[in-house]
Amino acid sequence: MTIAVWMFLAFVVATLGITIWAAKKNTSAGAYFAAGRSITGWQNGLAVAGDYMSAASFLGISGMIAFFGYDGFMYSVGWLVAYLTVLIVVAEPLRNAGKYTMADLLAYRLTPRPVRAMASLSTITVSTFYMVAQMIGAGTLVKLLLQDLPWISTEAAIIGVGVLMVVYVVFGGMLATTWVQIIKAILLMTGTIFLSVLVMKNFDFSFGKFFDAIANLTYTDAKTKAEVTRNFLEPGMKFGAEVTKGWGPLDLISLGLALVFGTAGLPHILVRFYTVPDAKTARVSVVWAMVIIGTFYILTTFLGFGAATILKPHNIPTDNMAAPQLAATLGGPVFFAFISAVAFATILAVVAGLTISASASFAHDFYTNVLHHGKEHRPGEEVRVARITAFVVGAVSIFLAIKLQNVNVAFLVGLAFAVAASANLPVIVLSIFWKKFSTTGAVAGLAVGLLSSIVLIMLSPSIMGIDPADLPAAKRHLIQADAIFPLTNPGILSIPLGFLAAIVGSLLKREPEAEAKFTELKVRAHTGLGAEKATAH
Amino acid sequence: MTEKSPVNWAQIEAKPAFQALLGRKARFIISSTLFFVAYYFALPVLVGYFPDLMKKEVLGRLNLAYLFALSQFFMAWALAWIYTRKAAQWDKEAAEVVQGH
Repeated sequence: MTIAVWMFLAFVVATLGITIWAAKKNTSAGAYFAAGRSITGWQNGLAVAGDYMSAASFLGISGMIAFFGYDGFMYSVGWLVAYLTVLIVVAEPLRNAGKYTMADLLAYRLTPRPVRAMASLSTITVSTFYMVAQMIGAGTLVKLLLQDLPWISTEAAIIGVGVLMVVYVVFGGMLATTWVQIIKAILLMTGTIFLSVLVMKNFDFSFGKFFDAIANLTYTDAKTKAEVTRNFLEPGMKFGAEVTKGWGPLDLISLGLALVFGTAGLPHILVRFYTVPDAKTARVSVVWAMVIIGTFYILTTFLGFGAATILKPHNIPTDNMAAPQLAATLGGPVFFAFISAVAFATILAVVAGLTISASASFAHDFYTNVLHHGKEHRPGEEVRVARITAFVVGAVSIFLAIKLQNVNVAFLVGLAFAVAASANLPVIVLSIFWKKFSTTGAVAGLAVGLLSSIVLIMLSPSIMGIDPADLPAAKRHLIQADAIFPLTNPGILSIPLGFLAAIVGSLLKREPEAEAKFTELKVRAHTGLGAEKATAH
Repeated sequence: MTEKSPVNWAQIEAKPAFQALLGRKARFIISSTLFFVAYYFALPVLVGYFPDLMKKEVLGRLNLAYLFALSQFFMAWALAWIYTRKAAQWDKEAAEVVQGH
């Protein structure tokens, strides 16, 4: 197992080398926050994929398919379709009208200070939720994957991930973060493709044999301990009406809404489009990302169903172990080590992206534009504030992840997507397409989207529920009472609320200056005239 | 965030070529968004509320549910390809509109 540690160390050394190289290039704010807008289309495509495919996708979805068959695969579809919203609606206008953050687009024609303050709050909330979930995931993974190395504790893993992400972001800025994400995407795809080929080799490269095995899967049921034969290609094992007291299908639709509208509102994805020279390259990079992300999620068929048929569900200890254990069985200890190292690299790339988007938003939106009315007092101040923020974000995340490591935090990622879909997306879309959109509307939309997502999740079965007394703490519900809101995903209610608040707010308090400036935004968003240029290297 | 610029935005916005471009773009964005949202949500609706239909095996052991889920990936790629081709045309038109500004 020490091989995994060596492989991971090789990744760390390589990425630190890149950080040193990137640090030398970070001579201006444009270089620090947006990699000098010099990233090419395919590079940014890989980086978007690397920023997006978290350990939850890689390990979580494979495990979900291994245990629940088809329903796990259906779950994975929305993660790609979401990129159509990014491609068709958001990426290009954002690149044309903004500079470093999502709020730039909103502040373009609205009153900057209130809008930026709210957008910054929403950005930092989404990033922190997502980050704490990822870091606890890192701790859990260490416990699972490095069982024979007990000297590496959960806390050590969380601190290690936190310190590395701060180093990348503080010293290497967006350029180093980008390359960490590119390398991670390449490693993840290599591992996934290789593992898929090994699965098919096991079935003599016959799809007929493979799908026959999935359709007639005999294993020991975890609850009844009886031998059962099921068709794992049939829907209903996780989200079916019988399994979920009737709410499953609606919950899945609600989750789909959060994915399809939330991805285009995730701050760490949006800032990636500022790293390319122009809107056209932003478009090309989304297409690249879609090729990679789509291929990856199709391959989860082989990872997940491969684990189900070759290992059998009763031999897999937890869902996160399906892919690594499959790698061990089919490829031996070295491949298991490689897959484990890839899982850590995956977490690092995602948390680095989250850290830089949170710190850019604090420094650019809150510090410079809200506190100091858009003026830098000293040259380089904005970058310095961002670096300090990255440090603070890292420290807070390490603290929260260690404190919450034994708490059931599975809802955090869903919450991040729900806030992105309900608070961020409505204001982004209305700001690009609706003339009458006003500051009051933006602040109302952001606030209602943010609050309704949080409140509905607090009342949902993710947080509320009555557990048997012997359930371990990490699986217990935070509030021991029956859930008030029946769905684990609030999107179906909170997204319309976010839109409604933004529209009602705009109609209640009109803003002639914002309407006048819409002309300028429209020309700029659709022609790229006056967009931020790449800095020469 | 906006620097004072000499560009006459209103003049560009008023051009018939720009208005026509915007109209075409809006029609495509709205219709393609409605299409992929409908196509995508048909999956959880059909699987959730008509499971017996979706369990029907049509290609070996592959059932409608799996094939429809798989088709979503190709739908997304195809739509992305169509969009990219349309957008390349819009790029040219936009460049003509802003020429000289």
